[in-house]
Amino acid sequence: MVAKRLALGLLTLIIISLLIFLGVELLPGDVAEAILGQSALPETVAAFRKELKLDLPAHIRYFSWLGDLAKGEFGNSLANGRPIADLIGWRFSNTLFLATVAALIAVPVAIILGILAALYRNSLFDRLISMATLSTISFPEFFVAYILIALLSVQIIIFPSISNINEQMSLFEKIHAIFLPCLTLTLVVVAHMMRQTRAAIINIMASPFIEMARLKGLNRTRIIVLHAFPNALSPVINVVAINLAYLVVGVVVVEVVFVYPGLGQLLVDSVSKRDIPVVQASGLIFATVYIGLNLLADVLSIISNPRLRNPK
Amino acid sequence: MAFFKLLRQSPLSARIGMAMILINIAAAIFAPVIAPYGETEVVGDVWLSASKDHLLGTDHIGRDMLTRLIYGARNTIAIAFVTTMLSFLIGSISGFFAATIGGWTDLTLSRVIDILMAFPTLIFALMVLSVTGTSITALIFVIAVLDSTRVYRLSRAVAMDIEVMEFCEAARLRGERTWWLMRHEILPNAMPPLVAEFGLRFCFVFLFIAALSFLGLGIQPPTADWGGMVRENAGAITFGIFTALWPAGAIAFLTVGVNLIVDWFLHIASGLKD
Repeated sequence: MVAKRLALGLLTLIIISLLIFLGVELLPGDVAEAILGQSALPETVAAFRKELKLDLPAHIRYFSWLGDLAKGEFGNSLANGRPIADLIGWRFSNTLFLATVAALIAVPVAIILGILAALYRNSLFDRLISMATLSTISFPEFFVAYILIALLSVQIIIFPSISNINEQMSLFEKIHAIFLPCLTLTLVVVAHMMRQTRAAIINIMASPFIEMARLKGLNRTRIIVLHAFPNALSPVINVVAINLAYLVVGVVVVEVVFVYPGLGQLLVDSVSKRDIPVVQASGLIFATVYIGLNLLADVLSIISNPRLRNPK
Repeated sequence: MAFFKLLRQSPLSARIGMAMILINIAAAIFAPVIAPYGETEVVGDVWLSASKDHLLGTDHIGRDMLTRLIYGARNTIAIAFVTTMLSFLIGSISGFFAATIGGWTDLTLSRVIDILMAFPTLIFALMVLSVTGTSITALIFVIAVLDSTRVYRLSRAVAMDIEVMEFCEAARLRGERTWWLMRHEILPNAMPPLVAEFGLRFCFVFLFIAALSFLGLGIQPPTADWGGMVRENAGAITFGIFTALWPAGAIAFLTVGVNLIVDWFLHIASGLKD
């Protein structure tokens, strides 16, 4: 099961890389003309095509592109000629830092709230939490972000509205700088994760073996810890991993709001500058992380479920 | 009328949701009548605070904010609606098709869709827009195609259940064609779950377009559009000018409204009594 799923993940990744590569091939004209403009001399275009290796056939370029990627060579940016690996490396670690801090806060909070809401279903607490999460899900990320800025960095000046971080900063200073984007991401992700956790737990609490345990007269704590929890593990792990994948992508908008030097900001800038090699590279990185996390979700839920682990 | 009977039984939350949507639709339809100024008319100084002449103040180049919001409702909702319709057209037809024909068609389509769904939508849209450039047509098509993958999944699953029923079998034995079967047997029976899904997908598409416009890659100025308006006015927030919160709030207002109704639909569809 696990091996099959891993192979499928790898296949998806290869097809995605092919799609990313082909997307540029389908451009009307080609990259060289797009960059140099229509007034460029044919000789200039030809020279530039040669420099970009556009004169080689597509399948050869695809494999050499893949080979370079595997070696960590992403080529050069079209906008400023700098190596893409330099541009991306630092920004990617910043994005991971932001997403990790947000995840460390969001995951425990969401799971605890979700379990409590499921156990005290239809109580005032559950209704309040459902209302709050429904509205957070409906809000665009930037709305949440600007409300937080208005409250915590304009009305009361505690946190910066622009999250600029650099290598000289201590961990504490960094966390202070990214507090608001982190809080924004946490609020959005907690809402999703909590609703799904609640649904998963309610599903399990309604199953016959829980009713059986209750009819046997076992006490509540024992039912939850020994009967419900092991069975809830698989759906909850799934929920967490899927939301982490969502977090990695949701980071794009939040980075733009807070002018955070991350990969998402770079991607958006490159799309508007039509700096296609940078778009390809950062898009592929985002896709790899996203697919990787979804893969992890599936593998973990296979491992945590004995029925899937030992297929008949 | 079954429809009115259903309306009478609706819970308070769904009624609030309907009122919220009706306000938006009214603003969208009657925009030229109710808006106090023209869509791109410069009427005063930049970032004026709220006053009798400008109920919500003015924006970054001195246009009336209330007017922009009303016209924004028109453009933003219309584009999101067209995109969702297109996505349902593509998604449900291919979904029904896969379910009724089955075999290789179903297998190939489903695998292709699986792969498309494994890719984060926002990143995919950004990459495609970097190649096609930002135009409204490109925007609508890209989002509709990406979103139709979700519709495909649902309509295929629903159609699978209907397709095995006796009346479908009977129609097949009568010699009806696939298209007739899809149109007259499957579609009417698949309607309820598809309608609830329409609300959810609309919210998603609407927020998605708003996010792209906010990133400067969606609907381009000077067309009034809520996401773009947030982007234009956001810089002033650090100076204590909260104009940007109006369009952002309008986006939230509409999505909360739709979600309240969708919640009610899902509740009916799930058949729970409490």
